[in-house]
Amino acid sequence: MSVKKVYDKQPKEFKFSDENLKKVEEILKRYPKKNKKSAVMPLLYLAQRQNDNWIPLAAMKYIANYLAMPYISVYEVATFYTMYNLSPVGKHFIQVCTTTPCLLRGADKIVKLCKENISPNENEISKKGNCSWMEVECLGACVSAPMVQINDDYYEDLDEKSTKEILISLINDKPLKPGSYRGRKNTSPEKILISNGEKHA
Amino acid sequence: MLKKENRVFKNLYNEFGWDIENSLKRDDWKNTKDLIHKGRDWIINEVKTSELRGRGGAGFSTGLKWSFAPKEVGSRPHYLVINADESEPGTCKDRDILRFEPQKLIEGCLIAGYTVNAHVCYIYIRGEYLREGERLQEAIDQAYAKNFLGKNACGSGWDFDIHIHYGAGAYICGEETALLESIEGNKGQPRLKPPFPALVGLYGCPTIVNNVETIAVVPTILRRGGKWFASIGRPKNTGTKIFCISGNVNAPCNVEEEMGISLKDLIEKHAGGVVGGWDNLQAVIPGGSSMPLLPKKVCDTLTMDFDSLIENKSGLGTAGVVVINKDQDIVECMARIARFYKHESCGQCTPCREGSGWMWRILDRVVKRKATFSDIDLLSDVTKQIEGHTICAFGEGSAWPVQGLLRHFKKEVESRCREEPLIKKKLNNPYLVDQHLLENKNA
Repeated sequence: MSVKKVYDKQPKEFKFSDENLKKVEEILKRYPKKNKKSAVMPLLYLAQRQNDNWIPLAAMKYIANYLAMPYISVYEVATFYTMYNLSPVGKHFIQVCTTTPCLLRGADKIVKLCKENISPNENEISKKGNCSWMEVECLGACVSAPMVQINDDYYEDLDEKSTKEILISLINDKPLKPGSYRGRKNTSPEKILISNGEKHA
Repeated sequence: MLKKENRVFKNLYNEFGWDIENSLKRDDWKNTKDLIHKGRDWIINEVKTSELRGRGGAGFSTGLKWSFAPKEVGSRPHYLVINADESEPGTCKDRDILRFEPQKLIEGCLIAGYTVNAHVCYIYIRGEYLREGERLQEAIDQAYAKNFLGKNACGSGWDFDIHIHYGAGAYICGEETALLESIEGNKGQPRLKPPFPALVGLYGCPTIVNNVETIAVVPTILRRGGKWFASIGRPKNTGTKIFCISGNVNAPCNVEEEMGISLKDLIEKHAGGVVGGWDNLQAVIPGGSSMPLLPKKVCDTLTMDFDSLIENKSGLGTAGVVVINKDQDIVECMARIARFYKHESCGQCTPCREGSGWMWRILDRVVKRKATFSDIDLLSDVTKQIEGHTICAFGEGSAWPVQGLLRHFKKEVESRCREEPLIKKKLNNPYLVDQHLLENKNA
């Protein structure tokens, strides 16, 4: 579950890089001029990307200044939505979907593997490599269950063996390719018969 | 069974390529200009004839919704917003449309935008679908390059722009007013209705909010005629629908089928049957997690459409079929869904914010065999107190699955409960029992 805990070691300053400032200009063009506030969500994403996948308070203040809105409104948005990380996460950030459709197909086993291989607790950076993991709610790939999201990519149709391979590849900083791990074509039906304990976790 | 030529989403599994050149071969953007030139009334009438109902869960008539938009543009511009914040557990149909049939969606946006007088369209994609969003952006750029969007879009004389806005992992933003709040840069907390978004929506302007699948079928309906679409399925429940079959089936998949197909056919013919055979079926959640589950004896004869599922005290919702077989612990499955709702409640209305936690804690007690019989009545009471007492339909969505469990699997729940109250035994269990009860000696 995502924890909305503000990190205790905050950097003093935050500024968008020149490249990101250009992106900000592009983003602002999408919204009506008097509704600059709409850009707060995309800007928080940019800040998160620039700052190793987490948002410091300084970035919120900076964005509040930039969009001429109260700091508290930015803080409100950053704490409401679960995808904004307020504390550092691993370079390889693993989000395990554990909602019912994935649970039915063995998401609990994937959680167990994460505990064994990455860290015993959620949101903890691993000793080996630079990974952290978290249980999340439905990621919207239910027919490819069980699945995990690693940074921006979906890894689908997992079982215990393939999950372990993926986790070890992340610890060694050589991530495997995203996609289906049962070799199926997107969400089409497969012809093979599977049963609990065999082809799915 | 749906005939092959009646399929709307021919590229659901990306067999033919998603890019614009391949989409054009599948008749996307074919005489869009002529369709638009037939006028707003013709388009709305044709959609009304097709009896298309919204595919996002509520099943509201799309033609009717469009006709609510003011006919003349006043001082405020109109907006079209596409809801691609697909987060309902069991549902993953929009993801495939965004990935593999983006041109259908973009063309639908142009037609819908023209019909409701909107020059700007926002597509709200859930933040996790970053790759799908990038794909859609690429498709939008391709459409711009062909002058299908932008100034004088597709030669229709109508200026039209599409922007993508990413959500950030809040299920509640799938609710239309919460979605609008989110685009405006606020917390995603639903607004009171009325006023409905059709009159006061995004930035206080008239706004039409539609689901991805609804908009993506519109061009095909207009091209082949509303009567063609209405001829598929049952009266009032017409057309084709993408079903997502997940859970304990041999071949979980997304499949486009006609409305009113029997559930047994859907599972056996498309999804390879239930793991362990049809007799091993325990229950089915027919329309995404917020719809009540149905036991096997109902599933034997069930047809999948809006009205027949309402008759069975459930709903089609988003058509995310979650199959649960007898190897699973049904109470644990529902407890996990209750945990989902506890996590995703936006916290605006007290009954939902507190009640969703209550439901989860009680169900969790049942799973751990620490509940008493009085807890069952309490649980049922809590669901009744949430239902209908919240601003948005999230309250119903969280209460209904639990009510469904109590309606159909009460014996399962009861078999895990005990006679004596926990408090007398002084179990050291402070998180699961409410603190104030522990402090009260007479409890």
